[in-house]
Amino acid sequence: MANLQSNFLGIKSTNPFWLASAPPTDKEYNVRRAFEAGWGGVVWKTLGSEGPPVVNVNGPRYGAVYGADRRLLGLNNIELITDRDLYTNLEEIKRVKADYPDRAVIVSIMVPCEEEAWKAILPLVEDTGADGIELNFGCPHGMSERGMGAAVGQVPEYIEMVTRWCKQYYSKPVIVKLTPNITDIRKPAAAAKRGGADAVSLINTINSITSVNLDSMSPEPSIDGKGTHGGYCGPAVKPIAMSMVSEIARNPETADLPISGIGGVTTWRDAAEFMALGCGNVQVCTAAMTYGFKIVQEMISGLEQWMDEKGYTSIDEFVGMAVPNTTDWQYLNLNYIAKAKIDQDLCISCGRCFAACEDTSHQAISMTPDRKFEVIDAECVACNLCVNVCPVEGCISMEEMDAGKTDPRTGKVVEDQYANWTTHPNNPAAMEPAE
Amino acid sequence: MPTTSPSNKVRADGVVSARLSSEQLNENFCDLHAPLSPHEAKVAADRCYFCHDAPCITACPTSIDIPLFIRQISTGTPEAAATTIFKQNILGGMCARVCPTETLCEEACVRETAENDPVEIGRLQRFATDKVMDAGVHPFTRAASTSKRIAVVGAGPAGLSCAHRLAMKGHDVVIFDGRQKAGGLNEFGIAAYKTVDQFAEREVEWLLSIGGITVELGKRLGENLELDELQSEFDAVFLGIGLAGVNALGLDNEDASGSDDAVEFIAALRQAAHLTNVDIGRNVVVIGGGMTAVDAAVQAKLLGAEHVSLVYRRGVENMNASKFEQDLAAQKGVNIITNAQPVGLIANGSVQEVEFAYTETGADGFKVTDETFRLKADQVFKAIGQKLALNVAGLDIEGGKIAVDENGLSSLDKVWAGGDCASGGDDLTVTAVAEGRDAAEDIHAKLMG
Ligand SMILES: Cc1cc2nc3c(=O)[nH]c(=O)nc-3n(C[C@H](O)[C@H](O)[C@H](O)COP(=O)(O)OP(=O)(O)OC[C@H]3O[C@@H](n4cnc5c(N)ncnc54)[C@H](O)[C@@H]3O)c2cc1C
Ligand SMILES: Cc1cc2nc3c(=O)[nH]c(=O)nc-3n(C[C@H](O)[C@H](O)[C@H](O)COP(=O)(O)O)c2cc1C
Ligand code: SF4
Repeated sequence: MANLQSNFLGIKSTNPFWLASAPPTDKEYNVRRAFEAGWGGVVWKTLGSEGPPVVNVNGPRYGAVYGADRRLLGLNNIELITDRDLYTNLEEIKRVKADYPDRAVIVSIMVPCEEEAWKAILPLVEDTGADGIELNFGCPHGMSERGMGAAVGQVPEYIEMVTRWCKQYYSKPVIVKLTPNITDIRKPAAAAKRGGADAVSLINTINSITSVNLDSMSPEPSIDGKGTHGGYCGPAVKPIAMSMVSEIARNPETADLPISGIGGVTTWRDAAEFMALGCGNVQVCTAAMTYGFKIVQEMISGLEQWMDEKGYTSIDEFVGMAVPNTTDWQYLNLNYIAKAKIDQDLCISCGRCFAACEDTSHQAISMTPDRKFEVIDAECVACNLCVNVCPVEGCISMEEMDAGKTDPRTGKVVEDQYANWTTHPNNPAAMEPAE
Repeated sequence: MPTTSPSNKVRADGVVSARLSSEQLNENFCDLHAPLSPHEAKVAADRCYFCHDAPCITACPTSIDIPLFIRQISTGTPEAAATTIFKQNILGGMCARVCPTETLCEEACVRETAENDPVEIGRLQRFATDKVMDAGVHPFTRAASTSKRIAVVGAGPAGLSCAHRLAMKGHDVVIFDGRQKAGGLNEFGIAAYKTVDQFAEREVEWLLSIGGITVELGKRLGENLELDELQSEFDAVFLGIGLAGVNALGLDNEDASGSDDAVEFIAALRQAAHLTNVDIGRNVVVIGGGMTAVDAAVQAKLLGAEHVSLVYRRGVENMNASKFEQDLAAQKGVNIITNAQPVGLIANGSVQEVEFAYTETGADGFKVTDETFRLKADQVFKAIGQKLALNVAGLDIEGGKIAVDENGLSSLDKVWAGGDCASGGDDLTVTAVAEGRDAAEDIHAKLMG
C-alpha cells in the first residue's frame, strides 16, 4: 500500500500536498478547514514587517482565462501580501501549529531588503513553532515597486544576501520562493543555494494581462477604468513551471537542492509530474481557489492509486525519476522514427487532424469523400500535431517503427543505433558521439 | 419502438410464448442505459462543476460523494471513483442501473437547472463500478473479528447492504431468505432491461466476497424460522424482508386464468431461461401507476404483446412512475390511460375483458363516475401495491410497515428493520441500501459501545 507521508527538509506532513502562500492560507479559519479537508501542509500567506499592513485594492483583484465550458485555465491577480496585522497572524500561526503537529506550517515572509528588517521579524516567526520559512522573492506586482518581492528575486546577489541573513537569524529550514519573471531560472536558484537555502520553491506568478475591456479600454481587472499587470497562475502556467523546475534539477550546481513545485497543480497527475521532475512536494493555490479545499481528496486518492499500480510504496521512490530523461535537444535520438496512426474505430471524422496537417504541417493525412482519414506514412514526420488537436483521447497515436524497416518518407532503413545531432553529418560542428 | 419482426405468433390470440423471434427479444431486452465508452465517460465527467456541498449528494439517499467520484473518473482513476461510491453504497453498481436518477441526483444537478441537461451521474457511476467489478476486485477488507453474530432476514438490497457493512466491521453474519436465490427484487423484480447479463447475481457474489457472511436460502420467517429464536440465538437481528404480499382488486373473477400479479409476471420473466419461454397475451392490461406497472407494461410490450394499456385510477400527476418512466412506456408503445378504475373482470375461464369506470377528482375528493368502458384483455396484471406479510407479537406496525426509529430500530429488543418493509423512505433500491447500511452502523455502535 502506498504511503503518502512526506518528509521535506525534515519537515513531516501527512501528504506532499501543501497549500501555497496565498488567500487560502491567509488566516487561521481557512488553514484549520484546509487541514480538516486533508491538506498536508500550508505556507502561510506572506507576512510583512511590523506596523500598518499593506492595503489591497477595493475593486476586483482577479482576471481569468477560460477554456471551453468556462473552465478556469488561468487566473491573474493583483493582490499584495497579507493585509492583516503581523501579530494577529503570528498568534494564529502558533495556535494552528500547536493543534496540528502532523501537518507542515511554513511562514512566508517579505520584508525590505535590509538586514535589520529580517533580524526583527525572524525571532517572532521562530517563536510561533512553525516548521520553516519561505522567502517570497516572487510577487510581481505592488511589492516589487517597493523594492521587495520580484525586485529581489530578479537580482541573484540580493537573493544570496537575504538568504544568508535568514540562515543566520533563523534556525529552521529556509525555502526560497523564486519568481519566473526572469530569463534564466538557474541563476536565482544557484544564488539561493550559495546563500545557504535548504530548498527553493517555484514558481510564483507570471506577469500577465488576461484581457482588455474593449468598452472602457482598460486591462482587466479594471479598477475605476484603469488596470495593471498581475500575476498569472493556474493550469495554464504548469508547463512553464515544470520547465523551470527541470532546469534547476538538471543543473549540476543545484542538482541536490530540494525543490517544492508550484504552478497549476490541479490533479494528482500534475503533482506526480512535478515530483517526477525532482520536486519533493507540491504547493497548490489556484486549484483550491477554483474548487475549494476538498479538491485535495482527489489528489490523495489518485496519487495513492497510481503509486499502488506502479509499486511505489513511498514518494521518495519516484521523486526525480524523470530528471535523467530530461535532456537537451541535441541529445535526442534522431534514429527514433515514429508514424501517426489513426484508430478508425475511435475516429469520429471531425477532420481536425486533416486541417492541421494539410494546412500547417506535412500534408500527411488523406481524406476520402466519405470522411475517412488516414495517415500517409510516406509524408508523416511524426510531429504529433494531429494527436494534439484530435478531440478523442487515444484515437491517434504515435507508433515507433522497428529497426530494419524502411521509412517510406526518407527511403532509409530505420537504424537500431542511437545517434543525435552532435554527430549528425548535417551538423557543421559535428563531433564524436557525446553523452 | 419494439419492432415486431415476422413470426407467425405475432397476432396469435390468447396467451402464448415466443411471439417474437429469439433475436428480436434479445434486442428488445438489451441494456436500457448502455454503458459509457471511455471517451463518453471522459466527456460526461468533464461536465461536472465539482459543486460545493453539492445538491446531488443531498439528493442521493446514500449520499455518495458524486463530485469527487466524477473528478476521479476525469483524472483517470475510475477505480478510486468506485471506492468513493462503494464506501457509501455497496450496491452502487445496481443503483447505477436502476435508480430513477431523473428524480434523485440528476434532478438536483445544477446543470439540470442551467441547461435542462444534467451530468449523467448514473451512467458515470456505472462506468466506475463496472470497471472494478468486472476486474473482480473487492475494495474492502474485514476488520478484526468481534465474535458477534448477527442474523439478517431477507437477501434483498437492504439485507445485503446491512450484512456487508456488518461483515466489514468484523461481525459474523447469517442471511436467511425464503427464496431459493438471493438478491431480493434486484433478482426478481427489477426490469430485465435494467440489469442485463445476470448482473444481480454477479453483484451478490461480488458483495459476499468480503467474507464473513453465510447465506441460508429457503428459510422463511413465520414458516421455518422464528423471530424469537433468532433474537435468542444472535446478538442482533435485521429484518429486510421487503413487501412480500400483494394487494388485490377485490373484483369477481380475480383468480381466473390470465389475471396475475405484475410482480409475479416480472419474477417469472426474470427467472426464465429464455425469453422465448415467457407467455404473453395479445392484449394486455396493466392496472396501476407506479414503477411496477410501467415495468410490467413495457416488458409485456417488448415480449410482443400487440396492445398494452396501463390504466391508472388517478391523474397523470399522481402517478408514482416518474416522467422518464411514463415517457419510456409511451415510447415503447404502451397506451397510458388515466382517471379510470377497474370495476369488473369479464372472464370465461380465462380473462376476456376488463371494465373500467372513469374517475374524477374534484373539490369533494375522488369519485368514480357511471361512465364505463371495456378493454380487451388476455392478461391482466395487477400492480396496485405490495404489502408487508409478517405478523409478530410485539412488533409495532406503522402505516402498514414495521415501525422503526431513525436508526432502523424496531419496537422489539435487538431487532432492526430497513428497506421496503420498514416505515419511512421511498420504496427504492437505493433507499433500502441506505437503511440497511445505517442500521448496520447502529447495530455496531450498540453492540460495541
Ligand atoms: C417490479 C418492480 C420494479 C422495481 N424497479 C425499481 C427500479 O427500477 N429502481 C428502484 O430503485 N427500485 C425499484 N423497485 C423497488 C425496489 O426493488 C425495492 O425498493 C427494493 O428491492 C427493496 O429492497 P428490500 O431489501 O427492502 O426488499 P426486497 O428487494 O423485496 O427483498 C426482500 C427479501 O426478503 C425475502 N423475504 C421476504 N419475506 C421473507 C420472510 N418472511 N422470510 C425470509 N425472507 C423473506 C425475499 O425473498 C427477498 O429476497 C422496483 C420494485 C418492483 C416490485
Ligand atoms: C491571489 C493570489 C495571491 C497570492 N499571494 C501570494 C503571496 O502572498 N505570497 C506568495 O509567495 N505567493 C502568492 N501567490 C502565488 C501562489 O502562492 C502560487 O505561487 C501561484 O499562484 C502559482 O500556483 P497555482 O498555479 O497553484 O496558483 C498568490 C497567488 C494568488 C492567486
Ligand atoms: S468571492 Fe465574491 S463575494 Fe467573496 S469577497 Fe470576493 S467578490 Fe466578494
